[in-house]
Amino acid sequence: MTGQTRGSVRPNQWLRNLNAKIASIPMILTAVVIFVGGTAWTVVYSFTNSKLLPRLAFVGLDQYERLWAAPRWLISIQNLAVYGFFSLVFSLVIGFVLAALMDQKIRFENTFRTIMLYPFALSFIVTGLVWQWLLNPQYGIQSIVRSLGWTSFAFDPLYNSDIVIYGILIAALWQGTGLVMCLMLAGLRGIDEDIWKAARVDGIPMWKTYMLIIIPMMRGVFITTLVIIASGIVKVYDLVVAQTSGGPGIASEVPAKYVYDYMFLAQNLGQGFAASTMMLVTVAIIIVPWAYLEFGGGRKRG
Amino acid sequence: MKLRSLAGALAATVALPLGAANATDLEVTHWWTSGGEAAAVAELAKAFDATGNKWVDGAIAGSGGTARPIMISRITGGDPMGATQFNHGRQAQELVEAGLMRDLTDLATRENWKEIVKPASLLESCTIEGKIYCAPVNIHSWQWLWLSNAAFEKAGVPVPKNWDEFVAAAPALEKAGIIPLALGGQPWQAAGAFDVLIVAIAGKDVFEQVFAKKDEEVAAGPEIAKVFKAADDARKMSKGSNVQDWNQATNLVITGKAAGQIMGDWAQGEFQLAGQKAGTDYTCLPGLGVNEVISTGGDAFYFPLLEDEEKSKAQEALASTLLKPETQVAFNLKKGSLPVRGDVDLATANDCMKKGLEILAKGNVIQGTDQLLSPDSQKQKEDLFSEFFANPSMTPEDAQKRFAEIIAAAD
Repeated sequence: MTGQTRGSVRPNQWLRNLNAKIASIPMILTAVVIFVGGTAWTVVYSFTNSKLLPRLAFVGLDQYERLWAAPRWLISIQNLAVYGFFSLVFSLVIGFVLAALMDQKIRFENTFRTIMLYPFALSFIVTGLVWQWLLNPQYGIQSIVRSLGWTSFAFDPLYNSDIVIYGILIAALWQGTGLVMCLMLAGLRGIDEDIWKAARVDGIPMWKTYMLIIIPMMRGVFITTLVIIASGIVKVYDLVVAQTSGGPGIASEVPAKYVYDYMFLAQNLGQGFAASTMMLVTVAIIIVPWAYLEFGGGRKRG
Repeated sequence: MKLRSLAGALAATVALPLGAANATDLEVTHWWTSGGEAAAVAELAKAFDATGNKWVDGAIAGSGGTARPIMISRITGGDPMGATQFNHGRQAQELVEAGLMRDLTDLATRENWKEIVKPASLLESCTIEGKIYCAPVNIHSWQWLWLSNAAFEKAGVPVPKNWDEFVAAAPALEKAGIIPLALGGQPWQAAGAFDVLIVAIAGKDVFEQVFAKKDEEVAAGPEIAKVFKAADDARKMSKGSNVQDWNQATNLVITGKAAGQIMGDWAQGEFQLAGQKAGTDYTCLPGLGVNEVISTGGDAFYFPLLEDEEKSKAQEALASTLLKPETQVAFNLKKGSLPVRGDVDLATANDCMKKGLEILAKGNVIQGTDQLLSPDSQKQKEDLFSEFFANPSMTPEDAQKRFAEIIAAAD
């Protein structure tokens, strides 16, 4: 926003919009000191053998070697990949389809929207508990279906190591798609009515209009949604704690839980910091190229 | 929890002008929240309130795994409580080394703790560089097998007298629709059960070589291989116990849905609370009926260093109260644990506690793994065993290899 009309008032470049700049000082300080500073501190201490309290005794890459040799960390990474991929795909698809259905000028739209968005008002802990009960074979879905007569019915994802992560995914989707739907709906409402009319006049079928015209026009909404979903994926923790505590065994562990457990339970800060640094690196590998493309080289889109 | 302490503080400001003139509030954090535990804690609170101070209860639910991080971050974060429970040994070692905990040596010499605390290893675990930093309150031993007599009756087999008979009875139990071995999903339960198997199957010497001397060759050797085979049996027997907390698992045994549980003597409080009688309703086998050895880990109270003069005085009063004979008896009877002093009378103790006291008197004791291993190694062990017990495709050989690696890296 700034810097585009440069050239007119050269000497007091720094004093332009002074109020705005002063007002943003606290935020800048917070960002630099807490985010950047805290991150740098964590990375530095991940090369030490800090136990309960941080201390500067460097041990090189030991913590990282141990981390990547730990079966629990490898399982956590796998789980995050599976959870991340499916939760991204499904929440975008389901969210968009729901929004498109809502956009058909249906009756009681407000009611439906509220119902869909309600799960989002619950915390992850509550969501996790609700689904823990629903998926419990003794009390939940399985027992209800069995009591209806289908006695061989089995549905206990939370107690099966191979599919437990999908049990968690179900809860995450139940909670998150409502928000995605609302964002998408807002995007759809932003599309000019005339475009629909033009498409109809040209005889383009509705699905094609969505795929080729509407979705490309909603690029901004999609990116916002993507960022919100992606950040939710990397930090997933409370849902796992509430549903399975990482079990059965270590089958549903996630990286954030590894960090917490090793920092505070095992009293091994060095190991926890190494794990959180790896999480940061993962995020950076995904975010940095994208952010560069989107914002850095992106002047052309104005 | 914050709310509760706030409520406590508010209540205290109201109560102060009315009665107790010099009562000092002391917030005490602990993770004793199951029925039997809460009843025991109430005894401590009563004894402390009788000294003219006020016990502000800061119970943190979810067992030690949840509670300890909260306690530690409060102490390191500059918001210390008046006193806090830890399993004594290495859990609070670094807090002490950082100078955050209060030195109780003066009080301990004045009240002669060295003489009264038995076995001496309890106080040694509180001692760091010659100074005493905690007040032990009880002895808890892990090495118990709890059996439901009703479950065995239903399956039509006699109540086993040792681990091997128990394993042999498993098929009959399964046929009767009973889970042979209840095991909660919390990682520490699986790791603890394995430690118990080591003592029972391989014996006291092997246990000490592995955990005290950290001998990785023994950990990779044939003795431990036998233990892993037993753990494999236990894994098969525990299939189907879909519960998380230890007291839920104990409850499966109490209600006869499961036949047995390997759990420390804190499980006894639950049986007691359910109105069951040792010998007739349930049976306890120390050392799994094979090697009658018990570990003498336990709980202790640590006192963060506080600036407030009044509170420091109250801390001292609490430490002294905890070791009083009357408190020891009242607390330990409810808790199902053994007292830390050898000179108190536990005439009303039940059969299982008496068995424990006998073993203690004979000196068949080992140190608990909490005292021997750092929390870091303990956590790695928990990760390994919670995976082992939940994942039938993990072979005992693979697990043993990883176990030996953990022991090799332990400090």
